[in-house]
Amino acid sequence: MESISIAGTPKTPTVSLNAETGKVEIKGRSIPENSIEFYKPIVDWLENYLSTPAAMTEVNIQLEYFNTSSSKCILDVFKKLEAIYKSGNEVVINWHYEEDDEDMLEAGEDYQSIIKIPFKMVELEE
Amino acid sequence: MAFNIQQWIDTELKKNVLFEFQGEISSKDITNFLDEIEVQLSETSPKIKKKIYNVLVECLQNLFHHSATLPDSIKYKDAAKYGICMISEEEGGYYITTGNFITPKQKNFLQKHLTYINSLNKEELKTFYKEILDNQEFSEKGGGGLGMIDIARKSGSHLDFFFEPYTDGFDFFNLRINIVE
Repeated sequence: MESISIAGTPKTPTVSLNAETGKVEIKGRSIPENSIEFYKPIVDWLENYLSTPAAMTEVNIQLEYFNTSSSKCILDVFKKLEAIYKSGNEVVINWHYEEDDEDMLEAGEDYQSIIKIPFKMVELEE
Repeated sequence: MAFNIQQWIDTELKKNVLFEFQGEISSKDITNFLDEIEVQLSETSPKIKKKIYNVLVECLQNLFHHSATLPDSIKYKDAAKYGICMISEEEGGYYITTGNFITPKQKNFLQKHLTYINSLNKEELKTFYKEILDNQEFSEKGGGGLGMIDIARKSGSHLDFFFEPYTDGFDFFNLRINIVE
């Protein structure tokens, strides 16, 4: 399966999806006006990946900001990963947040309470 | 109309305004506004700066997605989808104010939605947010009705709003958000 690599822009995050290493990374800012367009290829890739996932899928989310338009799409991404986890494969989500950014920590906890995948909250030193 | 929009705008702009935008907002205008604010708030605490930025993103994108298109004959200041957004620093902290035109259907929705949001405490807001987040339905613009809830959560304060009748059934909708320092 082909990897995907999307360079970040002022409003969209850097994205890296690798079927062989099982590494999924979304990093930067996610504040596009229309997030559905941006996240579609990512969600489609994960749909495909579900049929041949790596033994362990490690997901790293490190966002400085994300708008509500993105939050639904991010949930969609997590739901695809949840399907992989429920099929008996290992998945872990590392949710990064900056020191003292309670809002970002809380956002991670919101997802953690909806999604049945182990979440790890990772505090970043400033 | 009894309410004078220009007068209201002039009064608002007399405050200690950090940045303002008027007109039909584009994606580029949004990026510009945010970049400018980041520079202006570089000395502010990271916590407050993030809250302001988050609320601004939602407000500006609300203007982008939801400002009503007025027919040519009644458009305001030559903009079919006129909106105004400004951020000021006053005694009670930072205030973000937006103004735009809306349809009767939008007014009905906003009246109910914002009144409901204002009735919720922190925990209830969190629950409401998660309910809408997980309800499988996307509004056509993504986000699905989360914007105002998010603004209430991040600002930690009540959403102050009013409607003023304009012309041909349209209303002018004003929203004022306080981010406490």
